[in-house]
Amino acid sequence: MKEPTPLQIRDEKIWRSMGLTEDEYDQICTTLGRLPNYTEVGMYAVLWSEHCAYKHTRPFFKLFPTTGERILQGPGENAGVVDIGDGWAVVFKVESHNHPSAIEPYQGAATGVGGILRDIFTMGARPIAALNSLRLGDLDDEKVKYLFKGIVAGIAGYGNAVGVPTVGGEVYFDPGYAGNPLVNAMAVGLVRHEMITTASASGVGNPVMVVGSETGRDGIHGASFASGELSSDSEEKSPTVQAGDPFVEKLLIEACLEAIESGAVIGIQDMGAAGLTSSACEMASRAGSGIEIDLALVPCREPGMSPYEIMLSESQERMLVVPKKDAVDEVKAIFAKYGLPAVVVGKVTDDGMVRVYDGSDLAAEVPAKSLSTDGAPTYVREAKRPAYLDQTQSFDISTIAEQTDYTQDLLDLLDSPTIASKQWVYEQFDHLVQLNTVVAPGAADAAVLRIKGTKKGIAVTVDGNGRLVYLDPYQGSMGVVAEAARNLVCTGAEPIGLTDGLNFGNPEKPEVYWQLQQAIQGLAEAARELEIPVTGGNASLYNESSGQAIYPTPIIGMVGLIEDIDLRMTSSFKDVNDVIGLLGWPGSELGGSEWLKLKVGEPQGQAPVIDLGREKALQKACLAVIRSGLIKSAHDISEGGLAVCIAESCIQGNLGAEVNLPWPGRLDGLLFGESAARIVISAAPENWDKLHELAAQYGVPLTRLGRVKAEEVVFATAQGWSVISSSVGSLKTAWEQSLPKRLS
Amino acid sequence: MKVAILVFPGSSCERDCYHVLTKVFGLESELVWHTETDLARFDAIILPGGSSYGNYLRPGALAKFSPVMDRVIEAAESGTPILGIGNGFQILLEAGLLPGAMLANESLRFQCHPQDIRVEVDRTPFTHGIAPGTLLNLPIAHGEGNYFIDQAGQARLEANKQIALRYVGSNPNGSVSDIAGICNEAGNVVGMMPHPERAAEAVLGSVDGQKIFKALINYWEAKK
Repeated sequence: MKEPTPLQIRDEKIWRSMGLTEDEYDQICTTLGRLPNYTEVGMYAVLWSEHCAYKHTRPFFKLFPTTGERILQGPGENAGVVDIGDGWAVVFKVESHNHPSAIEPYQGAATGVGGILRDIFTMGARPIAALNSLRLGDLDDEKVKYLFKGIVAGIAGYGNAVGVPTVGGEVYFDPGYAGNPLVNAMAVGLVRHEMITTASASGVGNPVMVVGSETGRDGIHGASFASGELSSDSEEKSPTVQAGDPFVEKLLIEACLEAIESGAVIGIQDMGAAGLTSSACEMASRAGSGIEIDLALVPCREPGMSPYEIMLSESQERMLVVPKKDAVDEVKAIFAKYGLPAVVVGKVTDDGMVRVYDGSDLAAEVPAKSLSTDGAPTYVREAKRPAYLDQTQSFDISTIAEQTDYTQDLLDLLDSPTIASKQWVYEQFDHLVQLNTVVAPGAADAAVLRIKGTKKGIAVTVDGNGRLVYLDPYQGSMGVVAEAARNLVCTGAEPIGLTDGLNFGNPEKPEVYWQLQQAIQGLAEAARELEIPVTGGNASLYNESSGQAIYPTPIIGMVGLIEDIDLRMTSSFKDVNDVIGLLGWPGSELGGSEWLKLKVGEPQGQAPVIDLGREKALQKACLAVIRSGLIKSAHDISEGGLAVCIAESCIQGNLGAEVNLPWPGRLDGLLFGESAARIVISAAPENWDKLHELAAQYGVPLTRLGRVKAEEVVFATAQGWSVISSSVGSLKTAWEQSLPKRLS
Repeated sequence: MKVAILVFPGSSCERDCYHVLTKVFGLESELVWHTETDLARFDAIILPGGSSYGNYLRPGALAKFSPVMDRVIEAAESGTPILGIGNGFQILLEAGLLPGAMLANESLRFQCHPQDIRVEVDRTPFTHGIAPGTLLNLPIAHGEGNYFIDQAGQARLEANKQIALRYVGSNPNGSVSDIAGICNEAGNVVGMMPHPERAAEAVLGSVDGQKIFKALINYWEAKK
């Protein structure tokens, strides 16, 4: 195939098919002072795609708090780095793989895991945990079953083979994601401070090496595909979905860490979205240097690949490495041990240009900075409050009749796939390898990993709630940060950093842009108030199918530190007669709740109001009561409200509970409302008074709700009327069988 | 006693085994890359879990061609205690050091969860001193742990007391006769799907796995 000439590209507007706008094309011409050739236009098109350049979200990033005494590396590198003491640091980031997973669920999800792991070990850190956040349509839909099975199998197939435990995550099912599932993957690594490595190409004359897999024709323009809306012809784009090879990834992890440990490496960068183009220009741009590479030297899977194809390939499991000048042979030997090619393809220069040769021919020559994230254009759009809010906010709960018995409602909620046990999912993941998982999936609100050789542990979680953000992007997003933090403190961990994954629709639509703007403001406000720095993140926009946007869905990955692993906490009730109490403020808001979804389907009402001052006090109080050693369980109230929260603690402990609701108000709200700032704890009766005092020191109410029983689960009103009555066995069956029965 | 922990490309449980042997039991232990051609300095060999060669073709099918496997076969013949865990078990099967083959789990899904196991024989170095009938709770984590052998082979395993471990309660993968682990006729080569190294510290929820490693230490002491 003959490539179009620069004139043809201009006259036939070929840049348009690559996703560039006329203004962007003009900006490229101005920057270069000439017409770009085909390879150059392709390079700009992928790096200036929304996926790579954050064109719509970057203007908001200044809102995020990004500093703190533990922060060793904030946003801007492959992943953030947070100090945990004893010379150790944790490295973590979240990334989306939504569009690929919609088209090729197994490979889409698998390569999402591979990509986020590479972001971690390029920092010099050994990946110690993976998590995932999944959102799909209604699980009774056959297509959704197919996608869900494929996505879970893809995550398992990749994560299990590379020996990184998948320890946590979240799964939501809602028709709002039917056409555009969300697959966000998070990874966490552990690194000694002295091994932290960055992705900058410094030192003029230093060699530039391509290591790992050979370059093939897969994934060309994947980043551009990820930056458009899904449509009925999207399945024709399956060639833009890359295929992963976890075996090579595993070898790459070991080889890269060995090379970094040897001291031979100056800078290293994953070739993810936009492949060689992004890695070369990002590395040069970060160091303020230039890079010169000869594509004839790049190991390719097939002959005859053009510079355009090599520069834009998104073949997986590749890295760009800048070693010390005299360490090329050492690096080659390390990669040879693992059977991986490591080839010098160029060198670091000092003129700020990315210069690409094909043998002796100059194939592309562009200023590194102009290609990088900082050089890409940004867009501030018109924002408009969506009209649907008038309807949802005028929802009147009194249109739903109160009931005298809510046992069936509780069973229905436990059976709903969003709330039900995710055992079917996490049992497919090796969550134990590396011997650090001290609180396994399903046992608490977050997974806990020990740090070998210390008394410490870290808790990790990933959370989102698109329905609540849809109803109120600002409050809903604050709620997501608050819930992630609450999940961590319920294990006894103090939150130390977060990474955000922004999943939204087309930002060129004023209503979507408004959601984005409000949501980011909410996230930033909550992160600032709760003093949890943002260390980096990911944005995935254009999540639409057939013109319909997903719920605005920011997700938050968060890491917390436990100083003494012996004081970790789980959510199951432990002993009969223990007192059950509510730590926090009573609440009964039903807007956007899972219970209301059972009754009316679509999200309706007002999202729960978030009071960050109360959240902060509650979280400090929760940590204090856990560290006091006076409580036996802690479980955050979220989807399904108080009743589901207590039912889960019963099911996990295989015990019953007797609960009296000491408040006035609608019973459905008291039982199933999803108001924030609430945690259910249990403790031995003799510790109750001490706990009360401790909570009071933080200004947080502690309300006695009842006690743990052997088998029966009973909720009664203040007047003593039973409103829920079941055996823990029946609740357990509903909760545990929900996914298996739908997926068998 | 010095223990070799073999590392194949794609292995992932070698560091876990190393941690348990050195930190929990204070044993001398070494990670041995698969190209090693001398194992004479070792008194026992562990083939750890993971996905050697990405489990391509069949789990263990490619690892059996690694240079170190010739030495493993020699060591097996000379009576050296050899333990294959998970993928290590699969490699021992593919290398012909143990009879039978591994199929995909009946569920066709990878499964990772705690599992009750019963020790069936105490004649192997890794069950030495553990009374037959002893129950252990050990994690499993595999997609292809559905052990298969034909009826004649199964009869030979029974007759020779080669069934070392059985699943108790539910059979997680459909294996013949609930088999979780077997040994060779001589008893010195053992393969098991459950991961004892993942249950060797109280902080991880179970210490039952310690028994497998203690058995090896006791066997070694007794032999001295």
